Amino acid sequence: MSLDKIWVFAEDAGDKVSTGTLELVTKARSLGGVVEAFYAGTNASAVAAELGNFGVSKLYTVDAGGSLLGVPVASAMAGQIEGGNKPDAIMFATSYDGRDVLGRLSVKLDRSVLTNNIDISVDGGQVKVDEAIFGGATLVTSTFTGDAPHLVSFRPKSFTAEAGGSTTAEVIAASVSEAGQAKIVARHVEEREGPVLDEAALVVSGGRGLGDADKYSMIEDLAKLLNGAPGASRAIVDAGWVPYSYQVGQTGKVVKPDIYIAAGISGATQHMVGMKGSKTIIAINKDAEAPIFSIADLGIVGDVHKVLPQLIDAIKGR
Amino acid sequence: MGRGSCSDLVLWRICGHDYAMNVVVCVKQIPDPAIPGQLDPQTNFLKREGKLILDDSDAYGVEMALQLVDAAGGGEVTLVSMAPNNEASGLRTALAMGAAKAVLVSDPALAGADALTTAKVLAGAIDRVKPDLVLTATEATDGYTGTLPEQIAGLLNFPSITFAKKIEISGTTVKVDRQTEAGYDEVEAPMPAVVSVTAGVVEPRYPSFKGIMAAKSKPVDELTAADLGITPGTGQQIVSVIAAEARQAGEIIEDDGEGYLKIIEFLEQQKVL
Repeated sequence: MSLDKIWVFAEDAGDKVSTGTLELVTKARSLGGVVEAFYAGTNASAVAAELGNFGVSKLYTVDAGGSLLGVPVASAMAGQIEGGNKPDAIMFATSYDGRDVLGRLSVKLDRSVLTNNIDISVDGGQVKVDEAIFGGATLVTSTFTGDAPHLVSFRPKSFTAEAGGSTTAEVIAASVSEAGQAKIVARHVEEREGPVLDEAALVVSGGRGLGDADKYSMIEDLAKLLNGAPGASRAIVDAGWVPYSYQVGQTGKVVKPDIYIAAGISGATQHMVGMKGSKTIIAINKDAEAPIFSIADLGIVGDVHKVLPQLIDAIKGR
Repeated sequence: MGRGSCSDLVLWRICGHDYAMNVVVCVKQIPDPAIPGQLDPQTNFLKREGKLILDDSDAYGVEMALQLVDAAGGGEVTLVSMAPNNEASGLRTALAMGAAKAVLVSDPALAGADALTTAKVLAGAIDRVKPDLVLTATEATDGYTGTLPEQIAGLLNFPSITFAKKIEISGTTVKVDRQTEAGYDEVEAPMPAVVSVTAGVVEPRYPSFKGIMAAKSKPVDELTAADLGITPGTGQQIVSVIAAEARQAGEIIEDDGEGYLKIIEFLEQQKVL
């Protein structure tokens, strides 16, 4: 049995929707039924065309009035549901705004949430989601005991985005009954060169083994030379060496690059769950017993302070 | 709550009154994350036996709250926590850092509670404290559902600002630098509000010996779900638990001074170089 209707929270990434949004609508489409999206950005007509190509039939636009998205988008969704427009499931990306809307909506609808999933299926009309826990070593499948709509969020890169549809989504302005009180007064874009962390084909991450915050520049240098993105273990984010946005792991970003280079990272389960889906893994660590070596395609048991500068010099010299 | 001018209407409470900035910090006591986690084969709930410790993620909220109270020149930090048993060792750590008191909702019926039920319990306890500000982590280290701050705010009907890198109080407004994918946003909301704090943005203080001694006698009020009028429940169920496909280790070599050449070779094979 398939589902009749699925909603997806569509998020902006600059002038288009996020890759995560396209991943979700692709998966939603495969579950049968109608796929509709909610969007609170300023490019509704372009997004309606883009999502139409991914099989989305309606795009509900939400005017957030300059506030954070949690309250207005949840209010718009709840308003539609109260009016009798009821989806079987609502899918969110595990992102800053996705989590906000999901949390607010769960209270408005008094529904449980299942988050951080990597897959969804429908079995006898029942929605089931899979979550990888314990560093990805264990797969847990869960279902809801209450009524639809079921509220679910997914890790980035859980699905592959593929177009499939040739219409433009119909744009409908959804009314917002509760305005958000948390107002955005200024936005700051931090210039960073190269690809973004969760979309990069190559990621170089550093951990506590670097020994000192200053040494993180080696990670940035190597990432730049290889046209990759720099990442970090939780330990050095907690220590304040790099911002939270650099963190790869269970609490942080999930990355699935072609090549992941872990330098001075021992491989706590917290970290492994965020990167073990990488196609290939290179690990450099001085402790031969470090768990990271159990999943590395190439492991160098050595001192990052020696290996990284040698590697950087060798690549520069090419 | 900085010392403002008495002509500033929003600061009327400071002038002529002893202004107290009261902050609740939601904290969780978790099994030591260094020890591999296990699910109870009977219930599929995460095993929470043995000693529980303060979730590292929460130490940033506690530190931030202590600094905000300090800057306001008065008030106190109250911890609010939930546990299926009356374990309080993790709370003592935060009390030793300087929190004044704790409210622990402890009830065996709350074992396996989902995030929404947890939020109802914490919101119920917070409502009794009537704080100016509620701080949380962005997610707990053990369960990491990641929706709790927004759910608590929704239940209390407070505004919320998530993923704070920096918090400032100005009159009755909380001003936050909020992490975004592209950088950060400056966001403002009227208080009382819920703010979730990202890890690493402040350096949590180490409890002093005096702090540790004082923490032993600080009040920890215990409540049950029934005291808050909440019927424990969960809207979800685990239907299967299986081992994921294991990844195999590849070639592991000892660096002899030329280990980097192996990496170069590997990157060449992958056509990165």
